[in-house]
Amino acid sequence: MSILIYAEQQNGKVAKSAKELASYAKAYADKTGQDVVAVGAGLEDADSLFQYGVSKVLNVNDDTLKTFNAFAHAQMVAQAAGQQGADLILISDSNDAVYMGPILADKLDAGYVSHVIGLPEDGGNFTVKRKVFSNKGIAYTEVLSDKKLLRLAKNSFGMLENPVAGSVEDFAPDVDKSVYETYKVTKVDKATGKVSLTDADIIVSAGRGLKGPENWGMVEELADVLGAATACSKPVADMGWRPHTEHVGQTGKQVAPNLYIAIGISGAIQHLAGVNGSKNMLVINNDPEAPFFKAADYGVVGDAFEVVPKLIEKLKAFKNQ
Amino acid sequence: MKILFLMSSVPDTTSKINFTDNDTKFDESGIQYVINPHDEFGLTKAMQIKEKTGAELVVLNVGTAKTEPVIRKVLAIGADKAVRIDADPKDSYFTAVQIAHYINNHDEFDLIIAGKESLDYNGGMVHGLVAGMTSKKFINAVMGLELKDNNMVEVAREIDGGKEFIETSLPLIIGGQKGLVKEEELRIPNMRGIMMARKKPLEVLPAVEAAVKTKIDKFEKPAPKGAIKLVDKDNLDELIDLLHNEAKVI
Ligand SMILES: Cc1cc2nc3c(=O)[nH]c(=O)nc-3n(C[C@H](O)[C@H](O)[C@H](O)COP(=O)(O)OP(=O)(O)OC[C@H]3O[C@@H](n4cnc5c(N)ncnc54)[C@H](O)[C@@H]3O)c2cc1C
Ligand SMILES: Nc1ncnc2c1ncn2[C@@H]1O[C@H](COP(=O)(O)O)[C@@H](O)[C@H]1O
Repeated sequence: MSILIYAEQQNGKVAKSAKELASYAKAYADKTGQDVVAVGAGLEDADSLFQYGVSKVLNVNDDTLKTFNAFAHAQMVAQAAGQQGADLILISDSNDAVYMGPILADKLDAGYVSHVIGLPEDGGNFTVKRKVFSNKGIAYTEVLSDKKLLRLAKNSFGMLENPVAGSVEDFAPDVDKSVYETYKVTKVDKATGKVSLTDADIIVSAGRGLKGPENWGMVEELADVLGAATACSKPVADMGWRPHTEHVGQTGKQVAPNLYIAIGISGAIQHLAGVNGSKNMLVINNDPEAPFFKAADYGVVGDAFEVVPKLIEKLKAFKNQ
Repeated sequence: MKILFLMSSVPDTTSKINFTDNDTKFDESGIQYVINPHDEFGLTKAMQIKEKTGAELVVLNVGTAKTEPVIRKVLAIGADKAVRIDADPKDSYFTAVQIAHYINNHDEFDLIIAGKESLDYNGGMVHGLVAGMTSKKFINAVMGLELKDNNMVEVAREIDGGKEFIETSLPLIIGGQKGLVKEEELRIPNMRGIMMARKKPLEVLPAVEAAVKTKIDKFEKPAPKGAIKLVDKDNLDELIDLLHNEAKVI
């Protein structure tokens, strides 16, 4: 029996999320004596997944399917699961996979759990931990159906190398491609040359403490030095200082980078709910009583307009070492 | 035109979350319930369409009698009638079966508006499961929707790092979110609306038999953070050292 992962690509290359899914699948497969199979479309470096424990990649080489369509990809994954006899299927929490998730669950008649943060617990039942109440709680969720679909929360497991010998096979699923006409993509607006919030290992985020949009130069510069993405609190997006796509929090984007830097953000409960999955949080705020200091790992009490430029200089020196 | 709004009632975003009964139940004491914040954008969009086209707007919720005050709030904002399917929405599959059953028996809706995710159990799946069970079209994470001629719609969907514009046709189910309408356009009930809502119909229907596919055995709270390390603003070298050697993030 196999565990199947849905491997997404980014500019033709296997996405990092797929490597994390593979690592998770392999850790569980080793306990249960299964192998890990990946399915994806147009993966130019499909063999890079062997490094993370995938022993077979079903690579779809079809120009239409190389573009995402939730219904087409759900058919593709469901057929791969059928062919491989996989009862456990894993997807990431990218926007595309989140869209496809319930469509695939319906096709497979699978019990579907999202925001999964741990391997299935040891013992008789199939039970996984997942985040609920926007990071404010954890629920041990038992899946009762034979087929199981899990959506792993980003950065909750990590990428673990575990090389195996593998093969890449051409896979030609029988997909009804009329869905590409039903949902006709007319335009894609995507910021290029910028690190996107969903992929970022480091996020530099700023709030109302920065006083106005004209002061974001130092935020972008800090992000540049760190190779980070930029984000903001809700009021900052609401006032139009920054685009809505940067709004993080309970009602914005949920993020979980390795390092989240919060500058001039008070740390309201709704803000924290979207960011406290981050591995490390650094807070820069001139009010020592700001609630964010209670949730963070590192803190600097000080005026952002003084601390951030200094930090940029020091980081540049550090990077040049 | 007829619009169905799928409303999830969730704890107010400022709620402190606790568990009770040996950590097997969510502690509802002191919790205020609100319209799921992601759903609010779709509700306002529905109101805008209603005002422009004269569409009828029905709100549907799967919930116990406890959700009625929140349903009344939707009526006060302007929905014409409400339907409550009387059940505890145990898991997403169960909830989706209830909604799909209703839609399949009232197949008159051109647009079915949900939110992308409920901010209680954060499933992000009821809409897509309903789409599967009713064989309807579905687009998730919708941050823009414009009705065109001949039942066509243009929809903007969030993708990683941007937006994708999709042309499709009604009938359609969407999972809405921020962006669908502007923040300052979001509707709240006014006095007149609240008075009128009392007279609007709220139909209660029995649930249909359905299984569950998942079950929560127990809850726990996330592990508390260790103590913060404060670094003096005049000693940022120490900060860089901590980020590099301890956190290993730079
Ligand atoms: C239903 C609902 C949903 C919400 N969802 C979200 C959400 O998803 N995301 C979100 O962010 N918010 C959300 N909010 C809003 C949230 O409650 C807060 O209002 C918001 O997060 C505050 O943003 P802020 O920290 O930027 O601003 P403020 O609370 O005004 O904080 C500014 C901070 O900057 C500090 N500061 C000021 N000057 C300086 C300086 N010179 N140097 C350093 N620091 C300085 C201040 O000490 C203060 O701590 C939501 C609210 C509601 C009601
Ligand atoms: N009990 C419910 N009654 C009506 N609609 C619901 C219910 N639960 C979820 N929904 C709808 O489905 C969306 C996604 O919910 P979920 O899958 O629970 O995250 C919500 O934003 C609602 O629009």
